[in-house]
Amino acid sequence: MQRIAIKNHIQEIQLITQRCITVFMMMMILIGLLIARLAYLQLVNHTLYTTLSKKNWLDLTPIEPTRGLIYDRNGILLAENIPIFSLDVIPNKITYFPHMLAEIGKIIPLSDNDISQFQKQLKQHRRFDEITLKLRLTEAEVARFSENQYRFPGLLVKARLIRHYPLANSLSHVLGYVGRINTDELRHINPTNYSATHYIGKLGIEKFYEDQLHGTVGYEQAENDASGQAIRILNKIKPIPGKNLHLTLDSKLQLAAEQALSGHRGAIVAIQPKTGDLLALVSEPSYDPTVFVDGMSNEDYQRLQTSPDRPLYNRALRGLYPFASPIKPFIALEGLNSGIASPDFTLFDPGWYKLPNSQHFFHDWRPHGHGTVNLTKAIASSCDIYFYDLGHKLGIQRIDDILTVFGFGQLTGIDMGEELPGVVASPAWKRKTKGVAWYEGDTINSAIGQGYMQTTPLQLAAGVATIANRGIRHTPHLLAYMEYANQAREFNQPKDPAPVTLRDDHDWEIVIHAMQEVITSPEGTGYHFGKLGPYTAAIKTGTAQVYSKKAHGLNEIADNQDSLPERLRNHSLLIAFAPVEKPTIAIAVIVENSNLASSIARQVMDYYLIGPPLVTLLPQTTNRKGTTANALHPFH
Amino acid sequence: MPFIHFIDRMRKPERSSQYRTFWQYIHIDIGLLIGILLLTFLGLLILYSSSNQNIHVVNQQMIHIGLAFGVLFLFAQIPPMTYRRWAFWIYIISLILLIAVSLIGHVGKGAARWLTIGYVRFQPSEMMKLAIPMFLAWHYHKIHLPLTLRTVMVSAVIILIPALLTAKQPDLGTAILLVIAGGSVLLLAGLSWYVMTAFIAILGLSGPAVWYLLHDYQRQRVLTFLNPERDPLGAGYHIIQSKIAIGSGGLFGKGWLNGTQSHLHFLPEHSTDFIFAVCGEEFGFLGSVILITLFMAIIMRGLYITIKAQDTFCRLLAGSLTITFFISFFINMGMVTGILPVVGLPLPLVSYGGSSMITLMASFGILMSIQTHRKLLTT
Repeated sequence: MQRIAIKNHIQEIQLITQRCITVFMMMMILIGLLIARLAYLQLVNHTLYTTLSKKNWLDLTPIEPTRGLIYDRNGILLAENIPIFSLDVIPNKITYFPHMLAEIGKIIPLSDNDISQFQKQLKQHRRFDEITLKLRLTEAEVARFSENQYRFPGLLVKARLIRHYPLANSLSHVLGYVGRINTDELRHINPTNYSATHYIGKLGIEKFYEDQLHGTVGYEQAENDASGQAIRILNKIKPIPGKNLHLTLDSKLQLAAEQALSGHRGAIVAIQPKTGDLLALVSEPSYDPTVFVDGMSNEDYQRLQTSPDRPLYNRALRGLYPFASPIKPFIALEGLNSGIASPDFTLFDPGWYKLPNSQHFFHDWRPHGHGTVNLTKAIASSCDIYFYDLGHKLGIQRIDDILTVFGFGQLTGIDMGEELPGVVASPAWKRKTKGVAWYEGDTINSAIGQGYMQTTPLQLAAGVATIANRGIRHTPHLLAYMEYANQAREFNQPKDPAPVTLRDDHDWEIVIHAMQEVITSPEGTGYHFGKLGPYTAAIKTGTAQVYSKKAHGLNEIADNQDSLPERLRNHSLLIAFAPVEKPTIAIAVIVENSNLASSIARQVMDYYLIGPPLVTLLPQTTNRKGTTANALHPFH
Repeated sequence: MPFIHFIDRMRKPERSSQYRTFWQYIHIDIGLLIGILLLTFLGLLILYSSSNQNIHVVNQQMIHIGLAFGVLFLFAQIPPMTYRRWAFWIYIISLILLIAVSLIGHVGKGAARWLTIGYVRFQPSEMMKLAIPMFLAWHYHKIHLPLTLRTVMVSAVIILIPALLTAKQPDLGTAILLVIAGGSVLLLAGLSWYVMTAFIAILGLSGPAVWYLLHDYQRQRVLTFLNPERDPLGAGYHIIQSKIAIGSGGLFGKGWLNGTQSHLHFLPEHSTDFIFAVCGEEFGFLGSVILITLFMAIIMRGLYITIKAQDTFCRLLAGSLTITFFISFFINMGMVTGILPVVGLPLPLVSYGGSSMITLMASFGILMSIQTHRKLLTT
């Protein structure tokens, strides 16, 4: 027993020692594995984990740049950013929305629109993005919320800047508006630069110059802990504010024009001929851009959209109207230039015109004709027969040529987008769009601006400005210059289209003289207008038929206008520039279903050339029915 | 084997042990003590940083360490003979307490681990860490080695009863350590490699059965270990953040007190179970290797004491305690670096906390007792 025990003892020592050595070697293998793992994490993948670690604690908060301001040519502010308080919600901190909305509604009244807007936004944003529940809190509401803030952990009141348009409705068709960025726009913007931006230009100048107005996003680099709380600010890159835009608009003239046109549907475009600067761009009726900034309910939007007056419709750029008689100076220029017409040529107007091999009568607007007319009288008294004849002699090709060189049928290139090109009708155009051949009668009608030809108020204004310039064309534009934060200026120099050149520059004077006769000659269609004017002006009036008189069995337009339903009445048009010798303003006016274009144009031009009107001396026009207090005759 | 010469060389300084030194007189092994002191000091440095320079936490930990050293000193004074004599009863009492805790245990953190007697709170599973190897070493001391199959079966029952009770508390980490503590005695006692392989195979095959025994959060941990990205903000968050902390440390680390993962609270449990990640982040690869080296120095001293021990009981007990210490820090480091699943085990001597520190120091006390109570025999 004893012997065995001793033997076992030695055996046991050897066994345990051996096992210890084996265990130690296994330990070393495991430790080697551990160190290899550490090397893999800390040496091989160090860069990856450093990035991940930084992503954990470094937080880049984008800072929204201040949107550029918009001024008119006299430095009057047209679009600014004003501080407001908004009530914002962090969705992932809210457990039950209906309860939260009901509770907060007791403190800050919420409209149905606020709630529906909020719910729309809620679907479009991530759970940790702040979403605005209500804009423009009053001081009292802010105070009430502060007292109750502890009850609403996911809600906060934020001070922020919001776009404000001091002139409200007056410039909405020009400036457009900003609105919340929608999903469609999200696809087209640079997500980095807009990471802090909530609003984007939706229309007008705000949209066209979005890139310039927006500026460059800034950043705040903060150290964050695991709960997302910023511990300290490490670095700050200031945002670069957007450029300020100085427009060519004269907001006083704009307001005067708007006031003159108010109550009507129509458009006024005023251009400085020398430069192409747009002085006024009015489309009536208009709308309040603020409702678009704040966001409105679908019903409100539908109401604006379906209103018969179409307030959202920018008539100055998109309104397509027949040229009517304002086409005549352009036709006359082509007649003179081509040698087909001459100032000396006279024609007897019996009140009708008939093509050589046709039984169809084309009537003059004046039942018994103008008698013997030459070019000057034809323009001054707007003789249709003369232009039927001239148009027939010129042919549609020449008519189209002259309209095209004046820029009709094309986009003017205004820095706003949105505009429509209008139509310079040609046989090819008619075949393509209507599928029928061009008749000589179409040429005759085109010569007096009826038929298929369509133009916009902007094109008419640019065209008459070209006449005022004796052929030199400028691209109509709204931006005068951009101003950087350091007050450096970048002037807008749009590329000008090729000028209209005539073989004999005297032809300009012939036509311009004829346009002057419109108001100076007793036979002129604007004689009453002219009598009042202390400045010289070249003018062409016009009337565009809304409904064919034949179709309604009417022979006398003038006599029956007042008895027609309003929407069937003729549009009145006018193009003009003044003063004749050194034009400072060229204007196009269109008033739908009304004959007031002349009196409205007169008010606008008087305002610009003389000064604010003496309201008491000029009896105000107008009610909707078109009966006029100052009783200007309808011009043709 | 060249390793034998290494061990022979380690024997050399002991030649002069013909008389008792001061350290032997107070039963302290100076080599082990230096290793433990260095490690606890380094641990306090890391803890100071991981607790966001909370001196209160450090003071608390220093109290734990002080108490633990008291226990160490106490356990070092008791001769191995006494442990052997009481081994059976220590195991029985521990088992009764463990059963008691599962019946009337105080529920803390969703796990019943504590037993309160008067003002003292016991964790019987911690006692078991010492009781199991003591019992097995005592048992094998009496019988002839190598082991018979019957002995192995009996040992398995002795290990598995407390291990299963602990796993049910539920404390998977400690349960694993109990199996390791008992298994290591078997290993040292010459358990056949075939039996061991078979046992591991059975363990692997019983995996699905174990799956049903696991608590839901334990299953989550296993799943998350297999794929941390499965739940990056939930259960996988720990391991992802831990890997980020270690990986971002690089070769030299971000510097003491400069770790962002811990200081900004991205790393969870950065003062307890995941404190090694703080070390990796702030001291880098080099710092981690130094820490591992310190641990391994203690292991080597423990194995040295094992080999030098004078009887089978002492050898088996010392070896088992050393292996258990190794496994406990290896599991922790493995889990923090993402090569092992997350089981709630602290990094011994470094993690904040008192109870496991006391047990650990007690085991070091036993090691010192074994080393310093040697009879001056030449074997």
